[in-house]
Amino acid sequence: MAIVIEQPDAPRSRKGAQWEKRAWIFMRASGIILVLLIIGHLSVNLVLPEHGVKAIDFAFVAGKWASPFWQVYDGLLLWLALIHGTNGMRTLVNDYTEREWLRKSLNITLWVVAATLILLGTLVITTFDPCIDPNVHNYLPELVCKG
Amino acid sequence: MWSWVLHRITGVGIYFFLLVHILDTALVRVSPEAYNSVVASYKTEIIGLAEIGLVGAILFHAFNGIRVILIDYWRKGAKYQNQMFWVVLVIWVVLMAGFVPRQLGHIFGA
Repeated sequence: MAIVIEQPDAPRSRKGAQWEKRAWIFMRASGIILVLLIIGHLSVNLVLPEHGVKAIDFAFVAGKWASPFWQVYDGLLLWLALIHGTNGMRTLVNDYTEREWLRKSLNITLWVVAATLILLGTLVITTFDPCIDPNVHNYLPELVCKG
Repeated sequence: MWSWVLHRITGVGIYFFLLVHILDTALVRVSPEAYNSVVASYKTEIIGLAEIGLVGAILFHAFNGIRVILIDYWRKGAKYQNQMFWVVLVIWVVLMAGFVPRQLGHIFGA
């Protein structure tokens, strides 16, 4: 298919223009929040613990998610980072693919992957059960497990 | 030009790490053993070093992203875009100077 370059001053459909503008604003708004959230995420998980990455295990995650603060924090990080990343990838796909069917398929794939991982991640955070670890009372002594 | 290329390359790298990171964290819903065995690979020396690259990519993308926002919204943003690129690099060097020794201590330390 020949590449058609649109007239720069050709009017966009109102709907299309609104969507692109909202995506543009979202990248900047989510970007600022992500800078703060990710610097916090890296500090708390990699830098501040005495043994850094070596301190991370199931008990570490269970300890964090015992608090609603970290559940909301990680949930926000999941949603914002994945939508921000997916929209960024969409920009690259739109820039570098020439065949329309390929462009469309890659973009659909990107959003299907994003929706699947957002659903998976949200379910993991909201249904997380530390009681699946038989040793849970060694690090969460207050926790009450059923059965 | 180089800031634009680096912003794209670091963005793609971070995106693919994010996909893997969501999947590995999801293992906490499977079993402590499954999660611990996969996270153990993050504690190896090779991945520990690769993580320095990841953090470097994230910090560049973060502060260059703020520069992009300032170019868009700050009245003098376009005029100072080049100076702001150097500011981004200085912030990056300072933060990496703090992170790299800490990370090396963690992965090679006792």
